[in-house]
Amino acid sequence: MTAVWIAIAVVAVVNIATKAAGPVLLGSRPLPRRAEGVVALLAPALLAALVVVDTASDGRALALDARVAGLAAAAVALALRAPLVVVVLVAPVAAAGVRALGWG
Amino acid sequence: MATYRDGVRAALPLLIPTLALGASFGVLARGLGWGVVAPVVMSIVVFSGSAQFAVASVLGGGGSAAAAILAAGLVNGRFLPMGIAAAPALRGGRLRRAAEAQTVVDASWAIAGQDGRFDRGLLIGATAPQFVAWVGGTALGAASGALIGDPARYGLDALFPAFFLALLVEELRGSDAQRTRVALAAAAIALALVALVPPGLPIVAACAAALVGLRRR
Repeated sequence: MTAVWIAIAVVAVVNIATKAAGPVLLGSRPLPRRAEGVVALLAPALLAALVVVDTASDGRALALDARVAGLAAAAVALALRAPLVVVVLVAPVAAAGVRALGWG
Repeated sequence: MATYRDGVRAALPLLIPTLALGASFGVLARGLGWGVVAPVVMSIVVFSGSAQFAVASVLGGGGSAAAAILAAGLVNGRFLPMGIAAAPALRGGRLRRAAEAQTVVDASWAIAGQDGRFDRGLLIGATAPQFVAWVGGTALGAASGALIGDPARYGLDALFPAFFLALLVEELRGSDAQRTRVALAAAAIALALVALVPPGLPIVAACAAALVGLRRR
């Protein structure tokens, strides 16, 4: 149990420091122009990575399961320009449906 | 600038899944013998699903505290560039900026960012209800032991990828081809690294795709 509390305390401190580092060091200064170009591209890069990792990995292995069906359903909803609430609803419904059929 | 209320509204579709994921963390931690207090304290002071599941899986697998801390640090390495990106939107002196920066979580950061500019109201407003749902869900899960069961049964593990995909499509809609190329490159980097490096690192490495922005102007 000591290991649990040590991990909780240290992870909390590291996490807080990681989030605070940029804002504390930069202060109210605007980002340099070149850095702005990177920041503008950071969101698509990060989001694309989160999509594939959250969909197709299980720890340190690639894993294709019902989440793929959920993401496909979301993609169809997005292509039909459905509102966000619908998109985030059809994904779990499709994934749960596929799982109920015994896959993934 | 958007109000906190706009941020809260933007985060509403995430509340049930956040509650359920929090509960599943509580159930998992309780099952590892952490009791009720430790998981709830962790959800308050760490407030990061990816880091908390990483710690639970390392300690649960017999790993040391040091290994668990390293895993969580890698998983949350993405918050360094995300914090830098959001920095100009935050207010006040160092201490206040450090405090406001704690509201940077994946979904809120993506909701608040538009073309590289960040909206402080959306960021903070979107994070507040997620914090309540995450901590409340953890308490429910840890106290009950197995109230909800496996969230995967309800397909909830497919919800966050779908949400991030929706935000990505929004980011790419009507923008130049370079953004799409960067997104594809990041996805390829992340996918290629999943089986090769510890969890978390593929996402940090994928952020490097954004470095082509250095030679943009």
